[in-house]
Amino acid sequence: MAAPLTLLLIVAVTIRAALYRSSLVDLISERVEVVSPLTAWKRVIEGLALLDLGVSPYSGDVFHETPLIIYLFHFLVDYAEITFMLADVITAVALYLAVKDYNKQVFRKQKFALEADRYPLDCLELIRSPREMYYIPLKVAMFYLLNPFTILSCVAKSTCGLTNCVIGLFILCTIKGNVLLSAIFLSLATYQSIYPLTLCAPALLYLMQRQYIPVNFRRVSFWWFIAQYAFMYLGSLFVIVCLSFFLLGSWDYLPSVYGFILSVPDLTPNIGLFWYFFAEMFEHFRLFFLCVFQINVFFYTIPLSIKLKEHPVFLIFMQLAVISIFKSYPTVGDIALYMAFLPVWSHLHRFLRNIFLVSCVLLACSALFPVLWHLWIYAGSANSNFYYAITLLFNVAQILLVSDYFYAFLRREHHLTYGLYLKRKDGSEATLVLK
Amino acid sequence: MGLLSDPNRRRALISLLTRLNAPICVVCYMAGVAWFMGLAFEPFTLRTYMSENAMGSTMVEERFPAGERALATGREFSAHKKKTGGMPVDWLVKTMKDRGLEVFTQSFSRTLPFPDENKERYMVKGTNVYGILRAPRAPRTEALVLSAPCTPGDNNNQAVGLLLGLAQYFRNQIYWAKDIIFLVNEHDLIGMQAWLEGYHHTNTTGMDWSPLQGRAGSIQAALTLELSSDVVTSLDLVLEGLNGQLPNLDLANLFYAFCQKIGVLCTIQGKLQRNDWDSVSGYSHAVQTMMLMVMKQASGRPWGDHGLFLRYHIEAATVKGINSFRQYKTDATTIGRLLEGMYRKLNNLLERLHQSYFFYLMPSLSHFVSIGYYMPAFGLLAVILLLRALDLWVQLSTPPPRTEDGIAETEEVSSPSVLSVLTPLVISHLTGAALYTLPIHFQEMAVEHFPVSETEAVVLTAIAVYTAGLALPHNTHRLLSGEGTEQGWRVLKLVAVLYLAVLLGCTALINFSLGFILALNLVPVAAFITPHVPKVLSAFILVILSPAFTLLFSVFFYQELVEVPVSFQDGWMLYLSVISQGILDHSLYGSLVYPLIALLVYPCWLLFWNILFWK
Repeated sequence: MAAPLTLLLIVAVTIRAALYRSSLVDLISERVEVVSPLTAWKRVIEGLALLDLGVSPYSGDVFHETPLIIYLFHFLVDYAEITFMLADVITAVALYLAVKDYNKQVFRKQKFALEADRYPLDCLELIRSPREMYYIPLKVAMFYLLNPFTILSCVAKSTCGLTNCVIGLFILCTIKGNVLLSAIFLSLATYQSIYPLTLCAPALLYLMQRQYIPVNFRRVSFWWFIAQYAFMYLGSLFVIVCLSFFLLGSWDYLPSVYGFILSVPDLTPNIGLFWYFFAEMFEHFRLFFLCVFQINVFFYTIPLSIKLKEHPVFLIFMQLAVISIFKSYPTVGDIALYMAFLPVWSHLHRFLRNIFLVSCVLLACSALFPVLWHLWIYAGSANSNFYYAITLLFNVAQILLVSDYFYAFLRREHHLTYGLYLKRKDGSEATLVLK
Repeated sequence: MGLLSDPNRRRALISLLTRLNAPICVVCYMAGVAWFMGLAFEPFTLRTYMSENAMGSTMVEERFPAGERALATGREFSAHKKKTGGMPVDWLVKTMKDRGLEVFTQSFSRTLPFPDENKERYMVKGTNVYGILRAPRAPRTEALVLSAPCTPGDNNNQAVGLLLGLAQYFRNQIYWAKDIIFLVNEHDLIGMQAWLEGYHHTNTTGMDWSPLQGRAGSIQAALTLELSSDVVTSLDLVLEGLNGQLPNLDLANLFYAFCQKIGVLCTIQGKLQRNDWDSVSGYSHAVQTMMLMVMKQASGRPWGDHGLFLRYHIEAATVKGINSFRQYKTDATTIGRLLEGMYRKLNNLLERLHQSYFFYLMPSLSHFVSIGYYMPAFGLLAVILLLRALDLWVQLSTPPPRTEDGIAETEEVSSPSVLSVLTPLVISHLTGAALYTLPIHFQEMAVEHFPVSETEAVVLTAIAVYTAGLALPHNTHRLLSGEGTEQGWRVLKLVAVLYLAVLLGCTALINFSLGFILALNLVPVAAFITPHVPKVLSAFILVILSPAFTLLFSVFFYQELVEVPVSFQDGWMLYLSVISQGILDHSLYGSLVYPLIALLVYPCWLLFWNILFWK
């Protein structure tokens, strides 16, 4: 398996390197779909220039990345292209290894269940075979590296690629069962963009499952484990935050990075839902709706963790998708990360209902973004409503995609317990309806 | 969401759509065409009305008196033009200075990629002269432009004369709140391009020009004047700009309102308005007017010097004087008064023109069809593609009836199908890229080896590459993966159909006419082609409906519409020159039609060609 992966990495790096040399770079790095005010490379350069002049990089409301990123590029600015390509490669390899390990566990669990005769007889066609699962890790790496969204994001040098890399490593460490590293990478991801905070729920669930600690509020071991993890997580977060303080010598970055993410002052159009809504809103409702929108991102963690407490890896996928849809400055790089997980759920395809519709809409929207942007900004003949309509459609399609996978996953689990061919009480064939 | 989540209802809907797919497609196509033809019927269209308050409710009085003197200036200009054998720069600078303008010149040069045989130019060198009338009543942050091209020969002298006459008259008025720029540009669009690029400090086409020494504020609106006779019978309004972009409808409304007020006959597409919409001839007149607009818009080229302004977000139109055999004539004073009135109203603007429509078609000057009315015509055609895609998806996702063999077979099929889709995609796009790059790069070689001129070489190379593309792709997948499979072509067709739908949708948003004409030709092909239809007949139909033949038909159709029918021989020559113009427009002004056809539409069509010869 190493050979195809190496080949894939070479192809991916070649594509990126070729694009870096082409004239498309300037065009891509200006696209609002690819870079947000948080992740734009132009702003990192500006921050670096300010830092070199001895001014705080956060003065002037241009730069909003974290201090660690700016110090990273303080040393690596000449090798920025290699850094971003490397980040993508690391993410892909991390996902590859993580999914490989996860698949092994899934298979082991399935074997135990089969030996214990826990599956109904007619569910044999739902059982996954090693042959089908063999190429999944490679497909995951391929989905990440060759996804046009990732390529665009990497070519635009959007720092989103680095955040994705941290999240990828977090997933790898969690699935490998390394509690300390998992907590450290989670705190790094949180430090980068707050929202990955919600990933602590699946991480906890997974690690507890791995160490055979039951999820039971009355057990001491349960609370003890949570306390341990929280200590590691908060400790490393504290270390990172203090390190940033000592690097810069001021707390400037807190309002400038996290205040910027949470209060959404920059309403540059992007593929998210915030900009149009807050541009249209009366000022005195702003705080209220800001709270509503931000709580929206975090809120789904609770019901999803309750429903999916047996399946933390699927929960990670759901959380990543929810974050990338509802976060305040989403870019296509965020979408690419959760789309990389789609091959892992390829066994759900027979239960997906709207996949054709959704993929058509996603495809059409991706093509329409630049067209409507052109009509609005350059030709002046369309206006922001056109662009927002497409944004809205794009997000609706994403939500449909995620909820479709959620439904399919639950339905498969249901069938694994109750049998594939359900019968009504009177013996006729029954169908499952989601209402 | 009941429809999406209830499996029984979904199944019913899908089975209905797949069972009645062909009839629904036919009905949609006919409905699309009928809808489009219905757009020209007057009761279905809206009357134009002025949306901009700053221009609608205010009164202006036109007093321009000096038409005769303007014509005399025009004659003087013509004499100097003859003497210098080109643009009389010194005389223009002196005359404009005499009239109290700030005068500047801009020189530019440009070598065309290959000689333009229609206008007989290759290495172009010229000078633009422009004078700025500074606004006395406001900070000079906004400007209006009045331009007249300096064309070789005896054309357009009166326009320059009238421009200078208006400059003199405007100079003495005190009410201007916007700077007015009077521009005389040489070499029509090339000069205009140089001036606009200089004004906005951009260089998109790699032209050499000297930077502008004087600037006014941001330009709000522009009019281009074309006038070649002392008296005219009617004034024609030209709206179509680069890439099919149109100015805000309020500009057309303004022109129409003043023509009504002053009593000048006005036309659009050279067609007078008629009142008998309920008669057959009246309806066909409206259809002709609208079709002319559609054809011109679809061509994506600027149909007057105003066409390049639109790219910079400046509303602009060309006013053309037409002198025919009618009795009733309009003199230069009246035209001057009309322009004066329009500029005074534009002077009143408080913000850019944005109230009215940007997407419209005009079956007559007083009626228009907005985007909400014409888009369904395109939508009905696009729905066919989506229905076919759905049908293919259902066919692909329902496994074949055989139970044990079927499963084994589909698994084997699924892995090569990615490759068998990817190869035709890549190869047809490479052919497209060849069609885009080769003609200009190979002209020298072609001229060396064949007895043709450079322009012919470019056009003939393009046609040769296009034809060669037909022979090439359908052999590729056989070389690679041996035999094509049933699943294989279905997947390829699914990809091709969705690709075409997205492509046409995006095109129609930017340039509705082009999108609609392409859809009219390509959608039937996309809908019916499979490897199992009779080969020779379908191949013939496919070729007839290919982009190149669409262009050929459009040329003949356009000639019919402007009532200058041509023989096949002349039509063919015209066709060749249209291709060369398309390539030139792309490299000179950045028109997008040629790259769109070569890089996207043609490869997409090749995919369908590929499906027909699937083995």
